[in-house]
Order: sequence, then structure tokens, then C-alpha cells
Amino acid sequence: MSKLHVSTVVNGDPVEFLADPAMTLLDVLRDELNLTGSKEGCGSGDCGACSVIVDDRLVCSCLMLAAEAEGRRVATIEGLAQGGQLHPLQQKFLEHAALQCGFCTPGLLMASKALLDVNPDPTETEVRYWLAGNLCRCTGYDKVVRAVMDAAAELRQERV
Amino acid sequence: MSDVLDKPAGSPALKIVGSRPIRPDGADKVTGRAAFGADFNMPGQLVGRVLRSPHAHARIVSIDTRKARALPGVKAVITGADFPDVASEMHDGGESASNLRDLAMNVMARTKALYNGHAVAAVAAVSAAVAEAALALIEVTYEVLPHVIDVEAAMAPDAPVLHPHMFTEGLDAKPTTPSNIAKRNRLGRGDPDQAFAEADVVFEGRYTTQAVHQGYIEPHACVASWAEDGQCEVWSSSQGQFMVRTYCAKVLGLETSSIRVTPAEIGGGFGGKTTVYLEPLALALSRQSGHPVKMVMTRDEVFRATGPTSGAVILVKFGARSDGTIIAADVELKCQAGAFAGSPVGAASMTALACYDIANFSITGWDVVTNSPKVAAYRAPGAPIAAFGVESALDDLAHKLEMDPIALREKNAVRDGVKAAYGPKFTNIGFLETLAAIRDSDHYSAPLGRNQGRGVAAGFWFNVGGESTAAVHVGEDGSVAVVTGSPDIGGSRASMAMMAAETLEIPLDRVRPRIADTASIGFSMLTGGSRTTFATGMAVVQAAEKVVADLKRRAALIWEVAEDQVDWAGGAAHCLDPGKDVGPLTLGDIAAKAATTGGPITAQVSLNAQGAGPGFGVHVCDVEVDPETGHVTVLRYTAAQDVGKAIHPAYVEGQVQGGVAQGVGWALNEEYIFDGEGRMENAGFLDYRVPVASDLPMIDAILVEVANPRHPFGAKGVGEVPIVPPLAAVANAVRGAIGVRMTDLPLSPPKIRAVLDARDG
Repeated sequence: MSKLHVSTVVNGDPVEFLADPAMTLLDVLRDELNLTGSKEGCGSGDCGACSVIVDDRLVCSCLMLAAEAEGRRVATIEGLAQGGQLHPLQQKFLEHAALQCGFCTPGLLMASKALLDVNPDPTETEVRYWLAGNLCRCTGYDKVVRAVMDAAAELRQERV
Repeated sequence: MSDVLDKPAGSPALKIVGSRPIRPDGADKVTGRAAFGADFNMPGQLVGRVLRSPHAHARIVSIDTRKARALPGVKAVITGADFPDVASEMHDGGESASNLRDLAMNVMARTKALYNGHAVAAVAAVSAAVAEAALALIEVTYEVLPHVIDVEAAMAPDAPVLHPHMFTEGLDAKPTTPSNIAKRNRLGRGDPDQAFAEADVVFEGRYTTQAVHQGYIEPHACVASWAEDGQCEVWSSSQGQFMVRTYCAKVLGLETSSIRVTPAEIGGGFGGKTTVYLEPLALALSRQSGHPVKMVMTRDEVFRATGPTSGAVILVKFGARSDGTIIAADVELKCQAGAFAGSPVGAASMTALACYDIANFSITGWDVVTNSPKVAAYRAPGAPIAAFGVESALDDLAHKLEMDPIALREKNAVRDGVKAAYGPKFTNIGFLETLAAIRDSDHYSAPLGRNQGRGVAAGFWFNVGGESTAAVHVGEDGSVAVVTGSPDIGGSRASMAMMAAETLEIPLDRVRPRIADTASIGFSMLTGGSRTTFATGMAVVQAAEKVVADLKRRAALIWEVAEDQVDWAGGAAHCLDPGKDVGPLTLGDIAAKAATTGGPITAQVSLNAQGAGPGFGVHVCDVEVDPETGHVTVLRYTAAQDVGKAIHPAYVEGQVQGGVAQGVGWALNEEYIFDGEGRMENAGFLDYRVPVASDLPMIDAILVEVANPRHPFGAKGVGEVPIVPPLAAVANAVRGAIGVRMTDLPLSPPKIRAVLDARDG
């Protein structure tokens, strides 16, 4: 089967690639574009380690075909820090020790970013339900939830 | 070592140890830079895939690989015939031992497939699609055999036998027929029969658990290269690069020096990455194809072919006086080993009564092979299983005696000087302090609402030391590299750097911790057994002390004074000779003159650390049971643990919180479910449900610090204890909420509904 030519935007930059029609966005990010920050933990949309933001929507990149990225904007973990500065979520994850092995962390950060984009002042329960699609086996989520709440507070402060 | 013992643990003089700095590898981990097992690639690499047995138990009559080999793009096809025979030999991995022949046969089946998921062949091809097409072209003829998975069914005399050469070890007389019971082990003291006869109160119970998986989010992954000169390179995610090297060498018949293993970042292990599955296959495929081979498991493969820990049956009987003194105990444990001998029943037996000082007891453990994946270590292997039975029974005993559950445990708790049930005499333990921390917590006395219950349970883990190497290299500008052979599974780089900076008395940001490949640092056992901060940390501190001694010697040379006229403080040498009018020499000053004072400043220490302090945890858990659905919600959780000294308290809390979350999953959700053919029915994260963020409350960790005098800063292992108490803590809380004892994990809604229906008629 011939490959599809796809034009998209990844982390603000125009990107073109050729994709097998069956390839997932995650496969292309990792294997074609060398953006290995998005992880594959299950390949079935259950663990969230491959979370990216497409246009303004949080998606599991393992469940999206690469060809579907045509004409869209894709944001991955590699674009979260800007100009050498960590995003407040990244900084708060570090300050709160909200990671141990770090494998689920890119997905958790992108999911948290998507949450704060739509809800700048989430309750603990809202954070927990929003992140319920991102499995972390190391932390028990306690410090993750605290880090997200703290980053939300800081981002609200920045807006004032 | 004696000089570091003079430093009292918890001393206010500590500047870095005990603080909460950002971890040295933090930026890499939050930006996607950190390279895990599947993130590494080599030029010209092929994709490797494994063909796995669809049957739980089958004789492999023949394997025809000709069609697969003929497929364009296929570069190698291997089966059991491509591996040498490996002699039966135990290899001590530190926390647990493995039989190398079994390991080799688990990596690739030979004459029999012993579980659904057992590897029977593997291919390497130019793409994943070609590799998968090739798997479909391999023709395996199986003779399907009866299978057995339930542990008690496997022990029955008429059970299908997995290994015709297996005769039960540890019986009074050698059996005349083979069976699935690999081993019986026994521990005991006093005269339990007599003591039970004298007891005022006797309680006994039977408890069961199902196999559960470690559930690390990163699937196993590696890249391997076998060059034309026989030199091998492996990049893989594991708990020990030296473990990978040893096992690959043994399975493939190589010298260890021919294999260099570079550790990738590891995306969780919890014991499940203390063995090899893919690495020897990737090497064999690379040898045959002449190309590097990359292999990554799917989640389905992770569930079917790796981990889990045992499903088990636990029988517990306690005899007590009316004042709560337990005078007799009898514990019997039956643990699934999976396809090859080696369940954690030994550790389960040794830990079962380790929290309590009981004059008369007997413990019997049975190691039983079953047609399921060979069990792998899982965080305090065996201990949560034993504690589920023992701590559930203790809770019921407390009810029977009308005693507070903590008071009952305090009455019988081990303390310094008591001989542990598993042998040695306890010293510097903090079990009573940990019980008191929960007893005195706000949580323990908080009111409960309708349909709510509170449970308490305790847990124990030995913690281990073992062989480690660390090197400290001082750069010409005075910055420092700390190199170890211990993979960082949850933040140990931070504790290594902190202990080195504390010892050198320099700022933490001048120290960079690194984890080296097997050719670049001395041997180190794998990261497991809660040993790294203790044992590798001890090597780091001793190497840093050697550097300090060397720096003082060099300062003395520069100043032309005796070495005892030099003091090291605040990261600089100070001259004590009043006849010399010299200012201090900083680490950077001395490093800049290294060439004239003897050359590079560096020290390496290899040791076999002894004296890891055992750990105790006490947990209290509140649950609410929904009477409509049978769903259990964990409302509040507090875990106290004696950690000796928390080097980086936030990461110690994280270990406690993570262990609790895994234990809650084990208690409420997680289990391997097999169909009638012995195939796992829930081999994915949708159906094998590990706890998600909305399942859990905040988990309060109380760190009790009873210093371990054998560690430079007083540390004890912390990672494993926290998974031991939760199974019983949750079950005891459910008993409090519904008034009925549940004895079969997981406490899933259908089971609870059935109990409520029976209770309410």
C-alpha cells in the first residue's frame, strides 16, 4: 500500500511526513519524527503515556492514525518547555517530587496541560477524574495531584 | 567505615541529607529527553517479534519455520534449537535466586510450552509488519496437554505434572513420584500443639489471593547487537545491567566480558525487571541476522509472559491468652510459582510472623508449579500475601478478645533483643514507634460515618544490602561525578548525589550522579530488595570519604605540612598549623593542581554491604462500601513506616504512597483471570484494572526515623515495606464497614454484593 503524504504542525513547526495508512500518530512521532518523549505503555488507549494535544483536544496518540494529523496542530511533551524555561507544570512536578520512574510523566504533563487550558481552577476531584486516563504505577498520584493544583494556582497568579 | 559511624544520624549538622532538592535527572524526565528502553535505536536495526504459545500446556511436536524464512525481509528465525542446553544451577541474584536452566527454558520453550504466552519462536525482519507476517507463517504442531493453574489443584495427587523430573524437596522422605510441589519449607519454635491446648482463645482463618502483575507502565524493551567478532552490546530497561549481562551470558554460553550492557532509564519495575525475557532472544536474532535487533513487548505480552506474583492460599491459626498475649501460631502458605519452581513462599514464610514475638509457632510453605507465567519478584515478594492472612486473622482475634487492634499488636510486637521468627536477633528496629505513630494520629481517632469502616494492619520486610560499586571522580574545576552501577528506578540518583555532597561538604549542584554500563563501573547487584540507598549509598559515601582523605593529603603536600595538620570543612582544606599563614584550599583549588599532586583525583569503592536494617510499616485505612453496588471507596489512608533516616523525604514518601496504591489495587481490583483453556482473559489495562487517580485519596505518609547505625546516615530500605500492610488494612476496613470478614482477594463488587445479600437475607 502506498504511503500517505501528511502536512501538519508539531509544537508550532510545520512538519511533513509519509505515513503508512495503518500507522498511528504515536508511531510517526516516535519513529519518523524522533519525538520519543511520548511513550507507548499499552497501545490501546488505556494508560495515557502517549497523551498529546491535537488542536485543543487531549488524545491518546496511539489511538489516532497519523494521517488524521493532516492540517491539525499537534502539541507533544517536547514543546511544553519554551525558550529554555520549564512550563509551571513541569517545574511543579519537580518541586513536588511528582514522578519516580518518569515514564508516565510526559503523558501526565500533557493531560494536565489540557486540563488547565480548559479549567484553570480545578478541584482535587476534578484533577483526579481528568487524570484517570493516565496510569502511574509509582506515585499513588498523591504528589501528582498536588503538583497540578499548585501549578494551576501559579498559572492563575501569572494571569492576574 | 568506623569514622562515618561517629556521625550521629539525624544530626542537625546535616546540610543536604534530609532536605528535598529537585532530583538531578528531573529536567530530562519532565521534558521527554530521558531515554527509556524503547527510545534507543541503532543504525540498520531490525525489528524482533516473538511467537507465543496459545496453549497453557502443550508438547511441542514440531516447528516448521521454512515459510517464515522465505518471506522477503525476514532476516532471522530462532527456536529453542538455537540455544545451548544450560545446566541446572542456582544463581543468587541478591534478593532471590534463579535456576539458570529454568531461566533459559522460560526465555524460549524447548520441548514443552508451559503457559499461554510462553515463547516458542522469534523472528527478526526489516519492519514490524514483515516480522508479524513471518510469525503467522511459522507452523507449530502442538500436542495439547491438560493444564492446572489453581495452586491447590496443582498440589493434588492426580494433577497434570508440568515437570516429570520434579520431586518435592524438603519432605521427611524423598517422594517416589514426581509432582508439581517443588519444595516444602518449614520454620518453627517451641511447642505449638501444647500452647494451643493452653490458649484461652483460638482463632483460625483461610485466605486466598490471585496472581497480580507488577504493572510497570513501560513494557520490556531492548536493542541488542552481536558483532562478527562475537562482541555483544545490549541496551535495555532493567533493574540491573549486570543481571542482564550474567543471564545473557549463561543463556547463550558467552563470557561476561563479551557483553556490554548499557542501562536505559527504567519505566517501573517493582521486581518484575529483575530477570530477562527479550535480551537473549534479541542477541540470538542479531547473531543469526548480522544486524542489531530491537524488541519491544506489547502490553498483552507483558501480562501473558512476564511477572506476575503468586496467587496463594494462606491458613492462619492463633492461640492467645485472654489478656491478648499470643502464645501459639500456625501458618501454612501455598504459593503458585508459575511454570518453574521459585515462588516467593520462602520469604512469605520468613516474614509471616516477623512482626510478633510468639513463643510457639510453626510455619509451612509450599512452592507449587502451575501452567501460568513464571512468577517474578514483586515488591517485598511474598510478604503481602502472608500479611494478608496474618493481619486479617489478628484483626478477628482482636474482635474476639474485644481489644483495640493496635493494642493487640503492641502487646505482641517484636522489639530490640527479640529473636525474629526467621532467625536473627532484632536490633535498632522501630516497630513500636511505628505502631504508636498510627495510634496517636488524627486519623486513628477520627469519626466514621454510615457504611464506613476502619482497618489497621502491619507489615515487615528484611531489606537487603549486597554488592555495590561506586566511583567518585573530581573534575579539574572541582565539580564531581558520582558513578554507580545501580539503575535509578525511583529517584536514587538524588539520594546518591545528596550523600556524596554531604560527605564532600560541597553544594549539591556540583555533584552529578551517573549510572554506568557494565564495562565502566565495578559489579553491582540489581536495584531491588530496597538495597540501593543503603548499599550503593554506602559505597558512594566511602568513595567520597576516600576522596576527602586524598584532598587532605594533597593540601598537606601543597602547604608542606603533615597530613594531620589539615582539616576538611565546608568543601575546603583548612591548615591547622599555626606556623603557616595560608588560606583554605577549596576542592576547585586542589583539583586545579591535581597534576602536580599525584594526578587525577578519583576513588572507587566496591563492597558487600551487610546490616541493612529491617523495616516495619503500620497502616490505617478508611473505606466506604456502597450497599447498592458493592463498590469499595478508600476514603482516607495513613501509612507510618520506620525508614531509619530519610535521605530525600519526598521520595521516601513517594515510595510509601506508591506501595500503598499497589496494595490497594491488589486488595480491591487486580487479578489474573483465566478461561477454561488456561488463557488469561484480562491481558490489558482496561480489564486488568490498576488504581487510577480517581480511585484513591491522598495518602498520608508518616516517616518514623529509628536510625540504622550500619549506614553512614542511618538509612534503612524503604521501597518494599509499604506494599505489605494494605491488603489486610483494606480487608479489615471492609469488615468494619459491613461486619463480615472477606477472605478472598480482590474484594470486587460482585463478591461484596454476594456477602451483603447473604448478610441481609
